[in-house]
Amino acid sequence: MSASLIPSAAEPEASPFAASPQLPPPTLAELFVAFATISLSGFGGVLAWSRRLMVEERKWLTAEQFNEVYALCSFLPGGNIINFSVVFGARFGGVRGALAAMSGLMGPPVLLVLIIAAIYAHYGDLPVLRRALIGVAAAAAGLMMATVAKMARPLFRNGAWRGPLIALATFVAIGIVHWPLPLVLVVIVPVSIAAAMVRQ
Amino acid sequence: MNSGSGHGSLLTLAGFFGVLSLFAIGGGNSAIPEMHRFAVDVQHWLSDRQFADSFALAQLTPGPNLIIVALIGYHVAGVLGALVATLAMCGPPAVFAFFVGGASEKFKGKTWHTVLSRALVPVTIGLLAASVTVIVSSVGYNLMSLAIMVATTLAAYFARLHPLWIFAAAAVIGMSGLL
Repeated sequence: MSASLIPSAAEPEASPFAASPQLPPPTLAELFVAFATISLSGFGGVLAWSRRLMVEERKWLTAEQFNEVYALCSFLPGGNIINFSVVFGARFGGVRGALAAMSGLMGPPVLLVLIIAAIYAHYGDLPVLRRALIGVAAAAAGLMMATVAKMARPLFRNGAWRGPLIALATFVAIGIVHWPLPLVLVVIVPVSIAAAMVRQ
Repeated sequence: MNSGSGHGSLLTLAGFFGVLSLFAIGGGNSAIPEMHRFAVDVQHWLSDRQFADSFALAQLTPGPNLIIVALIGYHVAGVLGALVATLAMCGPPAVFAFFVGGASEKFKGKTWHTVLSRALVPVTIGLLAASVTVIVSSVGYNLMSLAIMVATTLAAYFARLHPLWIFAAAAVIGMSGLL
């Protein structure tokens, strides 16, 4: 299905992307700028922006390659888009490429949020600002709730009960009982994997 | 804001976020309950109110959502705390991604991929639902916050609206004290 399956004898180093990009691979500076752009324009959804830039504008990846890398990154621990920057940067520029892409992604927002934190330290107690932030936090919680609803819908297909039960158990352990996350995951992830294998 | 600085709390920050980073499946938002448990309930680095505010400010900052760790770090030890927390949250998964990403070709298309995705999706859903309750209880159960939350849930579920518009509307409604 994707070009990555075609063995390329010429360059064993650059495995999956070597065969397809129509344009020359990015330099370190381009990697940094690309991920800084994605980061700063990616409001509430960095994924959509990264796809537009990587696939449609710069043509560094085909749509299939983007999906493959992104699927891989969503299974790795940590922020998906951060993993994406590391895997993407590493494939074009090794360790230095990974560092360039990741610092492009994280540097500008950290700088921004530090400025915001300093402003908040001065004005955080103003009633008007307080109420505005309460509104934003409540709205962000609502957005998350909608995501939960959208993700949960397919779980209930065909009268399945294992998935909903595992989701419920996770919710109760973390959200109601407030058990530590590592403890809960060490138990629930193996159980969930076993349940998924039984269903196969 | 500082509830204790010095090398001790920097080490605690680094240790906590370093470990948490490897358990953060399904992105930064599913780690919110654990951040709240540790930073507010165990360490008392922030109050509930400050946690809710940090969450809101992180949502308003463009870039990855887990930028909230920089704000928690800032509360503990200023700029240095913010940098330590961010590096601890990004470093371990980055190293992991670097090596697995290089090796991923060997695993592609295997059944474990399907099994893992089936196994992790329900867990992620449970974690995100828990995040919602933690945020709402930090904000405080009042009419305004609940009304905004329900309205946003419905708007985002049934219509495709840019989050920026939703946040702007919510901020204005909050400021006006209408509810």
